[in-house]
Amino acid sequence: MEWQEILMRLLRNKISLFGLIIIAFFVVVALFAPWIAPPRDPDDPYEIPRAGWVIEPQPPNARNIFGTTEGSYDIFYGVVWGTRTAFRVGLIVVGISTFIGIIVGTISAYYGGWVDEIIMRITDIFMSIPFLVAAMVLTTILGKGITNVMIALVVFGWMGTARLMRSQVLEIKTEEFVRAAMALGASDARIIMRHILFNCIFPVLIQASMRMGSMVITFATLSFLGVGAPEGYADWGQMISFARNWILGSNGNALQYWYTVVIPGVAILLFCLSWNLIGDAFRDILDPKLQN
Amino acid sequence: MTSYIIRRLLILPIILFGVTLLIFSMLMMLGPYQRLSTYITDPAQLKGGDLDLLVKKYGLDDPWYEQYGRWLNGLLHGDLGWSEAAGAPIVKAIIDRFPATLELALFAVIPVVMGGIWLGVYSAVHHNDPMDHGIRVLAIIGWSFPTFVFGLLVLMIFYGVFGWFPPGRLDNWAMELVQSKEFIRYTGLNVLDGLLNGNLALVWNAIRHLIAPVITLAVVWWAFILRISRSSMLETLRKDYIRTARAKGVKEDVVINKHARRNALIPIVTVAGPMILGLLGGIVTVEAVFGYQGLGLLFYDTATQLDYAGILGVAIYFSFLLVFINLAVDVSYAIIDPRIRLE
Repeated sequence: MEWQEILMRLLRNKISLFGLIIIAFFVVVALFAPWIAPPRDPDDPYEIPRAGWVIEPQPPNARNIFGTTEGSYDIFYGVVWGTRTAFRVGLIVVGISTFIGIIVGTISAYYGGWVDEIIMRITDIFMSIPFLVAAMVLTTILGKGITNVMIALVVFGWMGTARLMRSQVLEIKTEEFVRAAMALGASDARIIMRHILFNCIFPVLIQASMRMGSMVITFATLSFLGVGAPEGYADWGQMISFARNWILGSNGNALQYWYTVVIPGVAILLFCLSWNLIGDAFRDILDPKLQN
Repeated sequence: MTSYIIRRLLILPIILFGVTLLIFSMLMMLGPYQRLSTYITDPAQLKGGDLDLLVKKYGLDDPWYEQYGRWLNGLLHGDLGWSEAAGAPIVKAIIDRFPATLELALFAVIPVVMGGIWLGVYSAVHHNDPMDHGIRVLAIIGWSFPTFVFGLLVLMIFYGVFGWFPPGRLDNWAMELVQSKEFIRYTGLNVLDGLLNGNLALVWNAIRHLIAPVITLAVVWWAFILRISRSSMLETLRKDYIRTARAKGVKEDVVINKHARRNALIPIVTVAGPMILGLLGGIVTVEAVFGYQGLGLLFYDTATQLDYAGILGVAIYFSFLLVFINLAVDVSYAIIDPRIRLE
């Protein structure tokens, strides 16, 4: 299937079109963040400004249109700049870990034998620590901070791609055009680059698009649990962790501080939803088993 | 099949060894003083003592392989240091907390698997109907919902507004009852112990505390099971033997329930591994959100309080648990699916 045809089908499918529209919206917000929510200090735009020193969250008003969360942090500013954080973390982590996974999986499948055996056992070992647990351990040891979280997510995030890539390459390795290239004496690098990689990249791309959502969720979870972003950093997970102490409201009104959870929560939900919608539509388009 | 299982068992020690090496290498990123906490078994040892002396005593300046050998030895003897967050040796804390997490996991897995399969099969049988689309959209939304956001919303609405499902593991009166002398702790699982002691009020209290975390876990993982069972069922429904059965005049619900569903469920066993991996992560989040005193909350406490002995202890425990569960999954898959046996 050609690129143009896949794109056309993505646009024609209502569900994936909806996903593309949401992503486009977030891209616009991220690109124009300095104009939508001008930072007080242009050198440190990710620091959420505080509207004062009141600890209690304040409801939406003229100055803070989404209200303020615990510690008077402005919710609107945090959500807008949090979009940038989400894209940055998602793209960098998914990009690097997918790249590592592709290399590891290809080498493993292409050379086979004991190379394959060793690489796959190492993969098994990395997969034996639950992902969230492993990421939390490494972040706690490296210390708080966006870069450290990204390192932890990459270190424990490449195995799925490696396994998928391996099975893809194993399948394609036995095809006649690859054997023909081998018989002609083409070098390993040439066979891998020209004949193998481009024929098995689609499933990996689908997986990567689904992982954009889940990586951003994991990152937000780490921030929420207090081992991710440093305090005051514009990040959706952290905004929700600010809301934690106010979740039951006060004076018998449990919904009093709803905006502290719901607004950043909707941002994360929509972000992940859009990537999953596209990944899902992608999968339906490319999965021959589901075609009538 | 036997050779497959034997091969799988031979790999087991390699994996376990690798996991300890991986976790130990993370430990070695810390300086000697920070690592000290993972070696002592009682905080009194730190008081008044000279830290340099302790570093020397435990050989924290030695080459890494010597340290690894000693650390592994401690691990094999069930000694992983003193956990500041738990206020106890970490191994003891893990043993104390384990039944709580087991109880939560048992209560969560059954509705997740049964509900997910039911929805998936329903969706496949009604392929392309409005209901199928509806279920799929809801599943994607559920899958995109971060566990902690959903959990907080559940807490806000069902505890804050309605007061139905309180956080924690038991109410205070129930906690006192459980710790009292008359109450016999058979298993550490509150619901089961309540039944064995014939105390229905306690059983009900324990269940009320379990409902919210279980719902939160289920919403995310339904989507996962649903997707697998739906696509597997769709594939099975196109098989020749299904057409044969229909052509013979077998009733539609017999075709679906007897011929198709049983075969379609085999692939679900293969995803049990990744699902348990994700569920363990979900349990950490859910326990932290609802203040449910299990292993996940212990892990959260140790991580936020930078209690290195605690973090590593729980991480090792979770990993070993995962390795053995995966082994069980693979072996049972080999038993269920004849195609693997022949390979």
